[in-house]
Amino acid sequence: MSRRLPPRPGEWIDREHAVAFRFEHSNYEGYHGDVLTSALWAHDVRMVGRSFKYHRPRGVYSLANHDINAMVEDCCGPRTNLRGDVLPIEEHLDVRAVNTFGGLHVDWLRITEWFSSFLPVGFYYKAFHTPRWLFPFYESQMRQVAGLGQIDPKATGAASPKDYAWCDLLIVGTGPAGLSAALAAAEHGVRVTLVEDQRRPGASWGWQWGGDPRAGQEMGRALARLAEFDHVEIRCATQAAGWYADHWVALVDDRRLTKLRASAMVVASGCIEQPAVFHNNDVPGCMLGSAAQRLMHLYAVKPFDRCVVLAANADAYRVAVDLYDAGVDVSAVADLRSEGESTPMARQLADRGVPVYCGYTVYEAVSGNGGSRVTGAVLSPLDGQNAPSKADLKRIDCDGIAVSVGWSPAGGLLYQAGVRFGYASRVEQFVPQSLPASVFAAGRVNGVFDLADQVADGRRAGLAAARFLGRYNGTVPDTPVHRGAAPSHPYPIYGHKKKKNFVDLDEDLHLADFVNAHQEGYDNVELMKRYTTVGMGPSQGKLSNMNAVRILAGLNGRKIDETGTTTSRPYYHPVPLSHLAGRRFHPQRCTAMHDWHVREHAVFMHAGTWLRPEYYKVPGRGRNETILNEALNVRRNVGLIDVGTLGKIYVGGPDAAAFLDRIYTGRFHSHRVGRLRYGLALDETGVIIEDGVIGRLAEDRFYVTATSSGGASFFRELQRWGLIWGMKVVLMNATGHLSAMNIAGPRAREVLEKLTTIDLDAGAFPYVGVREGVVADAPATIMRVGFVGELGFEVHVPASYGRHVWTRMMEAGSEFAIHPFGVEAQRLLRLEKGHLIISQDTDALTNPYEANVEWAIGKNKPFFVGQRSLAVQRGKPLTRRLAGFAFKSAYHGPLPDECHLVIAGDEITGRVTSIAKRSTLGYALGLAYLRPDMACPGTTIRIRVDGGQMVEAEVRPLPFYDPQNQRQN
Amino acid sequence: MKLLTCPVNGPRPLQEFHFGGEWREMPDPDKASAPEWAHYVFHRSGEPAIKREWWYHISSGTWFIAERDNVTDEFVRTYLYGSELSS
Repeated sequence: MSRRLPPRPGEWIDREHAVAFRFEHSNYEGYHGDVLTSALWAHDVRMVGRSFKYHRPRGVYSLANHDINAMVEDCCGPRTNLRGDVLPIEEHLDVRAVNTFGGLHVDWLRITEWFSSFLPVGFYYKAFHTPRWLFPFYESQMRQVAGLGQIDPKATGAASPKDYAWCDLLIVGTGPAGLSAALAAAEHGVRVTLVEDQRRPGASWGWQWGGDPRAGQEMGRALARLAEFDHVEIRCATQAAGWYADHWVALVDDRRLTKLRASAMVVASGCIEQPAVFHNNDVPGCMLGSAAQRLMHLYAVKPFDRCVVLAANADAYRVAVDLYDAGVDVSAVADLRSEGESTPMARQLADRGVPVYCGYTVYEAVSGNGGSRVTGAVLSPLDGQNAPSKADLKRIDCDGIAVSVGWSPAGGLLYQAGVRFGYASRVEQFVPQSLPASVFAAGRVNGVFDLADQVADGRRAGLAAARFLGRYNGTVPDTPVHRGAAPSHPYPIYGHKKKKNFVDLDEDLHLADFVNAHQEGYDNVELMKRYTTVGMGPSQGKLSNMNAVRILAGLNGRKIDETGTTTSRPYYHPVPLSHLAGRRFHPQRCTAMHDWHVREHAVFMHAGTWLRPEYYKVPGRGRNETILNEALNVRRNVGLIDVGTLGKIYVGGPDAAAFLDRIYTGRFHSHRVGRLRYGLALDETGVIIEDGVIGRLAEDRFYVTATSSGGASFFRELQRWGLIWGMKVVLMNATGHLSAMNIAGPRAREVLEKLTTIDLDAGAFPYVGVREGVVADAPATIMRVGFVGELGFEVHVPASYGRHVWTRMMEAGSEFAIHPFGVEAQRLLRLEKGHLIISQDTDALTNPYEANVEWAIGKNKPFFVGQRSLAVQRGKPLTRRLAGFAFKSAYHGPLPDECHLVIAGDEITGRVTSIAKRSTLGYALGLAYLRPDMACPGTTIRIRVDGGQMVEAEVRPLPFYDPQNQRQN
Repeated sequence: MKLLTCPVNGPRPLQEFHFGGEWREMPDPDKASAPEWAHYVFHRSGEPAIKREWWYHISSGTWFIAERDNVTDEFVRTYLYGSELSS
């Protein structure tokens, strides 16, 4: 641990607790509290990763996870693309750099840099699409070299927990502004959650002002005061990574996603230090001044032995003083500004005898050892146009260059929350200009840099938030105005003929790439981003977007404000997909007879949210044969089907009949008590939306059944129409409250007779009758229906009786060869009867005339929903008509599936909606929409089946089965 | 996730609600011309405005009217149908 400094107040490491770990197959030791990059730098490991495109050596750059130089993966574990700046070292940690071929030191892909002058931006777009037949080859080669990290395709998914949290005020950032805002708000009783992305609170109060012991004491006092409040929570190592409507904020830590809901938000997220662009500005040893400060103050690591500081603000002078005080030989400070620094920091530096070159830049970093470390800096004076004059170059031997030339607001969350930013030349950065009423910005993100000012601005924001929340009604001070020189340089970007002056470290983009893109016409910020891919790497432009905007503004000769910024979207920071992946919470509804179905080997299918038996498995028999046998048993003996999934609605009240008259196309006010009627419901455009059976139980009481899948939405519409019409109706959705089963077949009456005292005789209880009574001791509503085309009774009982009644039915039917049947058999049976299923045989445009149900439309009715639209449609020729078709019994060729097309010549003339490949009639049959002139029985139609083959079928009259309807009576 | 205030149940997350489309007054179906009727049935206006919309709180089965600024996507206020709007 050669670079470790003596213990210092505020350091994050625990020197009592050494930790051994492995990096790139070598053993190292650090302290508990170290992150990977700090522990490696303490060992003088300069190269911590390779760059994406040219595989250049990279070192510590921001030490704040704003760059991806140190991106690693487990050597024997599932984790990949871990960020070294925030990866705590721990025993058994064994990681290697991503994106190397043959290890960090070998990496044969570094040869790409030799070809870099042939790989300008956009090269891939231009080169790798012709000739077209070579594209698969290009693609496979590209996939080998592109991308970062390896995922293990055999890794099993690890569930990542989701958590929920609530607070009055979310404060993002725990620097001077964030902590002050929290104190001000908490003192007025506001429930505060503070979020900090580092592992300890304090942020810049700790590292940026670490050279000033008074700052550390103030921070300590603020934290101690906050700890006294029960209603203040601080979440560290947590990113506020995404903002959504009404302050629903995604908090991301290494284990989970927390969905936090706040009533207001203060963003005190600070600034991200921005690089200067000069030749070799990425060589390990070049780092941001803030990174050097973090190394010293948080991890007690000496960043360099001998260094040059590139400066353009007071912060740089503080960096230089801190470095000097830590024992670094600060050989020179090159200040981009000809006027230099005028604050007391300049005096402090002069007292230490550090030479300052005003109006100078670092023109290039000199690299040695294969580009893996800085060995010197070349300083050049700047001319009046901020360009290196190269006349009086000074070479200074050093092993590090600290860069402190400007800042960019960490404003991602504010942008997402709808804050508009504008460029403020007094600070040379974007600052919030207009904020929604519940959003506040404070501190450096708000353009406030002086430490005392930051504290005051935080207090202002905290009070303003408390006032917004109704906890404070005093005055709120104004935002302090920045005084003195701007903390950012307007153009810290310097050309070099060797073109290794990087703007985007993620994507290895250098200055010339932007010039080229601009020459090719990509002169708008959004276009330039997409063409150069600037800011599209894993660090999402934290270090590159601002300089890219400055470059583009310069190329266009326009102001920064006119150039604008790209859109900021969630997530602000990459998030593991496992954090975002939801569990499979599919709501499922089971009927009261579900356990019985399971025991009888039912194969289930989904019908909306319901689980329904598709058929009951029989050992040694195939699916289709089993379904056909279930259907045949209904035709020959008797079958029982669970129809508890039907929508079941009671409609009552004095206006009940009048209400149904307006809902359905048929008539209900004159309908007799004790009788059923088919009901067809339309929407206002005349499209069929629902059908069902409606029984009149009393003058003012109806029982309505609706389809299984549409019942819930139909009930919703009934409620709405009831409100709009202001009618005296009571609606009750009894879908879950009631069980229902349909017993059908020639022996159905004989079975049911054994279980009820209701007279089931055809004269007393005719077809389409409805009765209330008792079945197998259960209060029941019985309806005589004929959906499947046989004698049938639908028995509705309270769900608590469902299983009991079902079992009694099966017992009573055993002497008549009763067998349960599933949804598939029922579909087949109804298809043979030509009954349509809404949403299978109808679509979002089907009107009653096309679907052959115009018989269900009442004549001379004053009103029903869809009536006016139907009147328009009736005057127009049909464009299609639903018709039955069948294949000959002897036909054994391929058969169509649902949605296969009917084709005449080269014209599509229809579509199959239902098909039964085997039926109880011995031939295949189905329903299809056809051009009206082809819908006459006897017409031959041609259907294109899978594979493109055309098959012929014949249009038949409906129904296929029992056209005289004798069976159901 | 947005919040929406049900007039009966208070503020709830949007996933508890079903959108019922813009509130429109039905013209007299017997007197409206075909173009007027077609306009009512088919045309929806996306012009920037405070829209009156039908919303349904699924868990409690409550229909109500929400006034929403379709530029800022903010709910301005909500109330039960019949309290202000009615036909």
